[in-house]
Amino acid sequence: MKDTNMPGDPIIAVRGLTKTYEGGFQALKGVDLDIRKGEIFALLGPNGAGKTTLINIICGIVTPSEGTVTVGGYDHQKQYREARKLIGLVPQELHTDAFESVWATTNFSRGLFGKAPDPAHIEKVLKDLSLWDKQKARIMMLSGGMKRRVMIAKALSHEPAILFLDEPTAGVDVELRRDMWAMVRKLRESGVTIILTTHYIEEAEQMADRIGVISKGEIILVEEKADLIEKLGKKELRLSLQEPLSAVPPELAEWKLELGQDGHLLTYTFDSQAERTGVPSLMRRLADLNIGFADIETRQSSLEEIFVNLVHDQNAGQNADQTADASLPDGEKDSRP
Amino acid sequence: MNLHSIWAIYRFEMARSVRTLWQSLITPVVSTSLYFVVFGAAIGSRMPPVEGVDYGAFIVPGLIMMTLFTTSIFNASFGIYFPKFTGTIYEVLSAPISFLEIVLAYVGAAATKSVVLGLVILLTASFFVDLDIVHPLWMVAFLVMISAAFSLFGFIIGIWAKGFEQLNMIPMLIVMPLAFLGGAFYSVTMLPAFWQKVALFNPVVYLISGFRWSFYGNGDVPVEISLAAVAIFFGVCLAVTWWIFKTGYRLKS
Ligand SMILES: Nc1ncnc2c1ncn2[C@@H]1O[C@H](COP(=O)(O)OP(=O)(O)O)[C@@H](O)[C@H]1O
Ligand SMILES: [Mg+2]
Repeated sequence: MKDTNMPGDPIIAVRGLTKTYEGGFQALKGVDLDIRKGEIFALLGPNGAGKTTLINIICGIVTPSEGTVTVGGYDHQKQYREARKLIGLVPQELHTDAFESVWATTNFSRGLFGKAPDPAHIEKVLKDLSLWDKQKARIMMLSGGMKRRVMIAKALSHEPAILFLDEPTAGVDVELRRDMWAMVRKLRESGVTIILTTHYIEEAEQMADRIGVISKGEIILVEEKADLIEKLGKKELRLSLQEPLSAVPPELAEWKLELGQDGHLLTYTFDSQAERTGVPSLMRRLADLNIGFADIETRQSSLEEIFVNLVHDQNAGQNADQTADASLPDGEKDSRP
Repeated sequence: MNLHSIWAIYRFEMARSVRTLWQSLITPVVSTSLYFVVFGAAIGSRMPPVEGVDYGAFIVPGLIMMTLFTTSIFNASFGIYFPKFTGTIYEVLSAPISFLEIVLAYVGAAATKSVVLGLVILLTASFFVDLDIVHPLWMVAFLVMISAAFSLFGFIIGIWAKGFEQLNMIPMLIVMPLAFLGGAFYSVTMLPAFWQKVALFNPVVYLISGFRWSFYGNGDVPVEISLAAVAIFFGVCLAVTWWIFKTGYRLKS
């Protein structure tokens, strides 16, 4: 999926990227993606979708099968030095040097990325991550959440322009998650581009400027978060009835209403972007039928619902391709989670 | 050349062995001393001098070489295998550093340790036997070159190995026997004519011979051939390492 109205050159440009692992499994099937300078980009996708593979290829840990990646305009293979200097990576797994001290391992990372020693910067990074009082502790003595902070400190030690966070909040406590998002916001303010993957959709919803959805090695959508919610958002109209109904009257069949709460709640799901939402006609029909309601409420679907719908639709499409009987309609009830 | 990166890895590797300094020094010093007690004093006193050199002194270069082979391989293979095992290798793979720089750092650190150890053993030996080194500069040169070559070899083993057992397999099954048969404790000229010819197929013979030449002025083969052998071994290992990074063999998927 291509982006239009891109302001300036993208800081990362991925073109036609594929990856087939040794066993023959194709983890990426032709990915095109542009990341804008200074944005927070959230990559959403179910387990095994290829998020980590994509990140690891950009960072130089996994070799791509086909396609190109440029980072800050530099080819990530031919000009790997320039490209990699720009990147800080916090990988999904907690890989740490158990016997090293927090300070030593952070200082090591800075040197490894070709920067001259700068104890003041290391101190700042460790303080920002509440690691300063642990600077002399050996990493193996730290809790999982603390180790995660150390990984972040290492990634920030060389002042990268781009930060990759691969599932940074998986298995992390509430406090650290809050700290982490505060830090991400601060980094963005200082101009750092941030690409994160997450399972927690509400995080993407809160944090990201743009959202990409990847499923089965394909980017199936890239959108501004606000546009995405609006565009794909289904709205729900919830009517609390004065008198309970035993069933949805046949006169209301065309709206495909759902009845809940022992007949007290009527729910109508509609596409807020559609030309005809069906709401006014529904109201008129209700009045004709003398169905009174005590309260009315509309609700926008969350990103999570959108996401589940998208992935669900893709799966449904693929299953239909595979089965001989491909006549199953993509029924509307299927598009509800 | 990215000196900060090389220095970071080199220092990391050196710090790792400083943490286990006593183990890495005491073990070889004790075992070398045992060799001198057994081979030098107990058996050596009943042996005639070899090529005009006291048997106790004759075995010094071979002993140092044996330790050099095994510790170089061990240090370098462990140095690269361990991050592969724990997963911390991700950071080196994503760093703005070339294959040559990675090799320089890891192999340089392993070789440094071997050279230090070689000198410590030499010092230990000087307590047991009279040492008179004919070509001290060449002696140091061989020490450095052979440490570097075997560290490079160990680096390759570390990348190739899929388990800790495999790290030990090559040194124990191939290098130690070749070193024993390669004249660590005897001169190849002491063998029957037929076995002398067979021995010349053993590359380690050339290395030990060259090192012994730097001590006592004569070896089993001319020193030029020894130098050529070191160069060839080093070149082959370098080519293999280059291929490893080119293809990402067992480093990248
Ligand atoms: N080294 C590998 N060898 C073979 N298959 C792999 C390897 N790494 C990942 N995969 C497969 O590729 C797919 C994508 O994995 P990954 O990129 O880790 O997904 P995600 O991060 O979205 O969960 C998965 O099906 C996974 O099993
Ligand atoms: Mg992943």
